[in-house]
Amino acid sequence: MGKSGRKVPGLNQSSTADISFILLIFFLVTTSMDTDSGLSRRLPDWDPDAVDQKLEIKERNVMTVQVNKQNEIFIKNGVIKGQVIDISELKDIAKEFIANPNDNANLPVKEEYVIPDFRPVVTTIKHVISLQTDRVTNYEIYFKVQHELSRAYSELRTEWCKQTFGKAYEDCTDDQKSYARAMYASKISEAEPRTYGE
Amino acid sequence: MPELNTSSLPDLIFTVLFFFMMVTSMREEEVKVQYKTPNGTSEIEKLEKKSLVSHIYIGPPLAQWRAIYGSAPRIQLNDAFANPEDVRDFVRAEREGMVEHDKPFMKMSLKVDKGTEMGIVTDVKQELRKAKAQNIVYSAGKEKTQERK
Repeated sequence: MGKSGRKVPGLNQSSTADISFILLIFFLVTTSMDTDSGLSRRLPDWDPDAVDQKLEIKERNVMTVQVNKQNEIFIKNGVIKGQVIDISELKDIAKEFIANPNDNANLPVKEEYVIPDFRPVVTTIKHVISLQTDRVTNYEIYFKVQHELSRAYSELRTEWCKQTFGKAYEDCTDDQKSYARAMYASKISEAEPRTYGE
Repeated sequence: MPELNTSSLPDLIFTVLFFFMMVTSMREEEVKVQYKTPNGTSEIEKLEKKSLVSHIYIGPPLAQWRAIYGSAPRIQLNDAFANPEDVRDFVRAEREGMVEHDKPFMKMSLKVDKGTEMGIVTDVKQELRKAKAQNIVYSAGKEKTQERK
């Protein structure tokens, strides 16, 4: 027991910091922090037989949004008979078209529609926004158009939620949100690709 | 002057390390195209479950690949440049790699450069429809300025 009085020497830990720094830097380099975000859409089913299928849609129920080769936004519906507009005008035109607040005879027909598990409402259930692009249309313009149309829908849903439930769409319960989505269901149809003005 | 006690430094660094390990995710593929996604405001949603999302990149190849692939926008799937026809195989492979009950919720994130023309995007979308991968996301950043009425 000659060494009884001695302490066990401490391990030299001065390099632990360096080791963990190396680990830290390794993780910084190999990982990415970017959380993905974007605009969700659902593409229609692929049906090879349906290419030439012409649906019977009344003219007043359709709004055509065409983004042409020059990246101009061309609008046509029952009220606007073909006009190039600025992107900033699109949202209000779309809202007017989707909701048809004044029951205009040239805008989509308003019909009684029963929201599942809720109550009947009067809405433009048959409206269609037809979005057409050219192969050389710029993607950013196309995205902005999609974004503005989305905004039109979500503003209408928010307004409807305020009227019906007395609160904003974001504060509604999941059920109420689904009613709002049924009330103003997004009906953006993208035409089969083709080239215009060739 | 007394020496600074550094005995807790490793613990500090480890804490930072664990923080980074938790908030980040492993980079999966090497991106070979240049892309700057467009920006939106109120309609941009965050993608919650990363395991459901597969990425398709479209944009002009990076400078070091220009000599081989040119500067016109190209599609990148996994680690390689691809043609629109390859999208179907890509979707199939991605679907194989998913848990059974996640398969219907598969999302395709289209990371498309702002300057791309719609033709190539439309081709990819048509292929996605054929492959029955219809949930898509136009990847976009969210601008800080909220312009709400």
